[in-house]
Amino acid sequence: MIDYSPMNIKIWSRLGSCGAFGQAALFLPEINDKVVMLTADLCTFSGLDRFKLKYPDYLFNFGIAEQNMVGVAGGFAKEGFVPFATTYATFASMRCADQIKVNMGYMNLPIKLVGLTAGLSVGVLGATHMSLEDVAVMRSVPNVVILSPADCTATIKATIAAAQIDAPVYLRLSGTMNNPIVYKEDFDFEIGKAITLKEGKDVAIIAIGSMVYNSLKAAEILEQNGVSAKVVDMHTIKPLDKEAIQDVLKNKLIVTVEEHSIVGGLGSAVAEELALLKQRPPHLIIGVNGAYPHAASYPYLLDQAGLTPEKIASKIENTYKEIC
Amino acid sequence: MDKEILKQMRIDLLKMALSAGAQGAHMGGSLSLVEIMAVLYLDVMKFNLQNMKDEARDRLIMSKGHGVMAQYAALKQVGVLSEEDILTYKANDSKVAAHPSLNEQLGIEFSSGSLGQGLSLGVGTALALKRKNNLSSRVFVVLGDGECDEGSVWEAAASASHFGLNNLVAIVDKNGLQYDGDTKVVLSMENMAEKWAAFGWNVKEVNGHDVEALHEALTEKSSKPLVIVAKTVKGKGISFMENNPQWHNGVVSQKLFEQAVAELEAGND
Repeated sequence: MIDYSPMNIKIWSRLGSCGAFGQAALFLPEINDKVVMLTADLCTFSGLDRFKLKYPDYLFNFGIAEQNMVGVAGGFAKEGFVPFATTYATFASMRCADQIKVNMGYMNLPIKLVGLTAGLSVGVLGATHMSLEDVAVMRSVPNVVILSPADCTATIKATIAAAQIDAPVYLRLSGTMNNPIVYKEDFDFEIGKAITLKEGKDVAIIAIGSMVYNSLKAAEILEQNGVSAKVVDMHTIKPLDKEAIQDVLKNKLIVTVEEHSIVGGLGSAVAEELALLKQRPPHLIIGVNGAYPHAASYPYLLDQAGLTPEKIASKIENTYKEIC
Repeated sequence: MDKEILKQMRIDLLKMALSAGAQGAHMGGSLSLVEIMAVLYLDVMKFNLQNMKDEARDRLIMSKGHGVMAQYAALKQVGVLSEEDILTYKANDSKVAAHPSLNEQLGIEFSSGSLGQGLSLGVGTALALKRKNNLSSRVFVVLGDGECDEGSVWEAAASASHFGLNNLVAIVDKNGLQYDGDTKVVLSMENMAEKWAAFGWNVKEVNGHDVEALHEALTEKSSKPLVIVAKTVKGKGISFMENNPQWHNGVVSQKLFEQAVAELEAGND
């Protein structure tokens, strides 16, 4: 089946999350012949050109008409198919929000909605293409499983897991080409089961998507400065891994890091889980805060938002020293 | 089609509305659909009463969800719903809800209520049937003319002809009224037939209360997606409801119920 060799892991990383998704798609018809792939004029961008050549009958392009695409996915799902529907994360989650509510939430139809370039990675195109609200929107819709893979290998795993679970799924793809590698070899990806990547006793950093790698790097900086940090990849934002949350109560500071608004995303999900506890560590929510940034390059936007390893580490260290 | 059936369906709409009491009921846009629903369920559509999930069935999608009372009345005529069932209309947790709620046992294919979504579901269903090599089932989607204000309807319309969905039939209940009044005043969508034709559909314009014309249009063989633009009267059959926007959603009191039933019994529709 899929060869998780160091070479493939490197190739997937170079392709970025969209390309890795397209690679995963090539395996899907073999896993489940009921898979169909829908897109809204983003066949090439979704990495699906090879899929289109190999499985022309499995691919449907609806043009720049995302609402119709999600409705059509509902029709396919009701008839027993496993429809994936791809577009930019911001259009997937927000332009189609009512179709998502009715089809994925109300009717619980197992549509696999794929949000490409979530976060700031295409921020050079301006705020219209940034997706900083998608997790907040999707999290409020019942039944929807939300996956946010940490790197390209995890993207392959998450895509296959999405096809295999009989539930509506929002697959949030972040990062860009030459995505840093978190998982250097094959690993177990189980929906709803967070992965602890590094142990640490002082701070516990819970991260999603692109911020998992940056959190690991931030943890290295913290260690150098005498702060021991645990790092957890919370690849499933919903349903949240409650055991993993219980586990970080042992640390002195909980930190969540996401390339998403600080409102309604991973930070909110973890805070909701902790809200009723009488005694618990304080919780620092790191994400994008405030007005939409002006159009700029991805590294520039990450730096401005304080989402580089250095800035994440510095914010954590300052907070830790101040209140713990 | 026995006129008695159409009369009985209208009386059933009144019974549902009476059960709903002060919550009111979408009488106008359900009365305009009575002949359309009767022709679909009692004449045109294939289904298996022993198994409403039968793969060989035709699929009906009530995109115009607020017209669902007419579907319930037709489902009663074919024996899927009982008198007892329809009297629970709008009751808490009733399967006979104000808008369709997905129920495979009843053949209610999808939940609806948010206008403009059903035609996309129909396109998806029609594509899926072709993928399954089910070339005998057809997909019927019932739309309101006010509903055609929604842009998503036209996204779906474009995709249906693009994919050559000759197994898809849309029916536009063109009763000329929407919530805020005359469709020409609220948002003019005149030249409805030309609009669909421009989107690549085969268009039939019929009197939506003429059961023979409906039968003919709905059984027409078409190489393209087919749309029936059915000219109807909102509130059809009950004089004080006809063409009266107040009956988009109105309260049927015991007195009005008796008056309306007497009118239907007298046969002056």
